[in-house]
Amino acid sequence: MPGCKKEKITGWGRFPVSLCETYRPEKISDLTELSSQNGAVTARGSGRSYGDAALCSESALIKFERLNRFRSFDVETGILTTEAGTTLQEILQFCVPGGWFLPVTPGTRYCTVGGCFACDVHGKNHHTDGSFSHHVHQIELLTADNNLITCSREENSDIFCATAGGMGLTGLILSVTLQLVPIETAFIVQHSQRVSGLDHSMEILKKTENENNCSVAWIDCLAKGKDLGRGIVYLGNSAKRMDLSPGQARNPLFLPRPKYYTIPFSCPGWLLNRASIRAFNSLYYKRHPEGEQVKKIIDYNKFYYPLDTLHHWNRMYGRKGFVQYQCVFPDETSKDGLREILECTSAAGAGSFLGVLKRFGALGDGMLSFPMPGFTLALDFAVTKKILPFLDQLDKVVMKWGGRVYLAKDARLSAETFRAMHPNVEEWLAIKKQVDPNNHFTSALGRRLGLS
Amino acid sequence: MNKGAIIFGATSSIGKALCDQLAAEGYDLFLAGRDRDDLDIMATDLFIRHNIKVVTAKFDADKPQELPKFVHNSIAHLEDCSIAMLCLGSLGKQEDGETRFEEAAVTINRNFTAAAAILMETANAFIEKKSGTIVALSSVAGDRGRQSNYIYGAAKGGLNVYLQGLRNRLASHNVHVITVKPGFIDTAMTYGLPGMFMVAEPRAVAKSIIEAINRRRNIVYVPWFWKWIMLAIKLIPEGLFKKLRL
Ligand SMILES: Cc1cc2nc3c(=O)[nH]c(=O)nc-3n(C[C@H](O)[C@H](O)[C@H](O)COP(=O)(O)OP(=O)(O)OC[C@H]3O[C@@H](n4cnc5c(N)ncnc54)[C@H](O)[C@@H]3O)c2cc1C
Repeated sequence: MPGCKKEKITGWGRFPVSLCETYRPEKISDLTELSSQNGAVTARGSGRSYGDAALCSESALIKFERLNRFRSFDVETGILTTEAGTTLQEILQFCVPGGWFLPVTPGTRYCTVGGCFACDVHGKNHHTDGSFSHHVHQIELLTADNNLITCSREENSDIFCATAGGMGLTGLILSVTLQLVPIETAFIVQHSQRVSGLDHSMEILKKTENENNCSVAWIDCLAKGKDLGRGIVYLGNSAKRMDLSPGQARNPLFLPRPKYYTIPFSCPGWLLNRASIRAFNSLYYKRHPEGEQVKKIIDYNKFYYPLDTLHHWNRMYGRKGFVQYQCVFPDETSKDGLREILECTSAAGAGSFLGVLKRFGALGDGMLSFPMPGFTLALDFAVTKKILPFLDQLDKVVMKWGGRVYLAKDARLSAETFRAMHPNVEEWLAIKKQVDPNNHFTSALGRRLGLS
Repeated sequence: MNKGAIIFGATSSIGKALCDQLAAEGYDLFLAGRDRDDLDIMATDLFIRHNIKVVTAKFDADKPQELPKFVHNSIAHLEDCSIAMLCLGSLGKQEDGETRFEEAAVTINRNFTAAAAILMETANAFIEKKSGTIVALSSVAGDRGRQSNYIYGAAKGGLNVYLQGLRNRLASHNVHVITVKPGFIDTAMTYGLPGMFMVAEPRAVAKSIIEAINRRRNIVYVPWFWKWIMLAIKLIPEGLFKKLRL
């Protein structure tokens, strides 16, 4: 039996904090032994979800970080099978030099494939390529009766769909078989443009969706009135050899090691206040030239993972941590919904460094998955007394316009609200009951939302 | 022809990290360990990542009599075995070993007897080739006996002396012997143990060990500062030391 450590655990937002009994198996036999014990278990990848999805004070918390072995790779087809604890970083290090890339990636490469499947994460290319699970051929799942089953769209397809976006509550994902995509270079052709307001951003994201594989907009959440929703739109496509400068083209699939910086300790809570965030946002906005699009060829790390170069950036929000609020609205109501969210945020002066707006495409197979065709907005808020009631208020706006909230970022939604937001909860619970009637797989989030 | 390395106890946390480093340097590997399934998973992973040849075999450190033959056959399996790594270790339960000899015997056998059996045969195979490096993982616990883990410590201390003698014997045969003394490493064995501080990552430790091989060091502490911690601990007079709770 692997050793047990009692330790304080949080998600990336460092809120809430929970005292957990943790285990870190390094062999499959240790994992099956742990899962067959009496008592509930919670799976944890890299803990890059923001809230309480990968923790629980009343279960055995199983860290997957050392179950990270490649099981098979087909150089012809780019199909990779790897253990759930493998990070995206490890996959990239391995596959990029051979001319392959991840089909979908979130904004950090430190998360695991197990976590990416369990949250059914999306990238900047959702409007063209869908979410993570769309590119997964199959998974191996350790179930409550300690059986190892294969789930795919053909085999155990209901469990496959309940596990994609199922937040680890249907079983322990042991391995993921992922379809990689071919690339010619490790670079991205990026076009960026300053946009004067929300409508403008949405218009560009929509208009360019067929020409650009990737798109995202950064939004200044503190701007009011006619500036509401002003920001910068970034569009990107994988660069071909001919796009590169002679220097880049010499070794098109090889990047020098990125430089890293670290925030060594929690910053004081007052550091990020209305004035400092406003100043930052203004500066960021004005630094970008007005008018025409700016074209740049940048490496994939700079394009996909700008935050990863600043280790522990979550410490910026101070000791009490922060929550990220990410919601999505369907196409028809996006404009109204987003406008109201931004107005509420701006009026409350509850500022956020990062307001990120993305376009979503078609629905995927994940039953509880977050994306739906429309627009999604993510905002960070430092945790204060006032913030939780404020977010309840945002929930109402989201419900009013038929949207929903992303569980991978969530730390505070109520069970009733979640049920009202997501149409598939009942269907998902029916499968949960069938595969895990005694709630062997649980988490603080699962309990809070009445899912486990 | 690739250089080859054999790792006994390959599925241990440090064993895994060492295999990865050696594979990255282009060594073909022979992985010997207890968990057959895990060995096979490791072998596949190393092959995919580094495109090297990997062979695996299961052995049982609790049956030392069988080990010399096992070692002999294993080394013969690699085309050019130039490194042998010994990553066996089992902390055991000190309190149990204080009252039940079977417990103490298991700890002593796994950490010392099994190692002696493997080292004997490895040494003879390398003498025949007139080259090779033997690396054995001992522990800082072998530097001074403490009430909290002296059974484990005694076995590792015995291993240290064995390695000293072996180094002396093999020097004239162009075979090099390295004693590695890890401090606190973040392994499956130590996960959750109380009183750990300045814990090192297996990957960093593996790097230092490879460096020690390249520089032909004799005795290395990993991380390096344990040399000074242990020096301080060894300098405490026994009359005082026996009264401490360590
Ligand atoms: C800087 C940053 C940027 C981000 N950008 C995006 C983005 O653009 N798009 C997006 O979708 N998300 C984004 N995220 C969220 C992040 O990608 C997801 O939360 C991801 O799932 C985290 O992976 P993880 O390995 O850290 O999982 P964890 O946070 O450890 O776990 C997440 C969930 O997965 C479950 N889980 C983990 N491993 C397993 C397993 N082996 N078996 C079963 N269940 C498991 C856990 O129980 C938990 O419910 C971002 C996060 C950060 C910190």
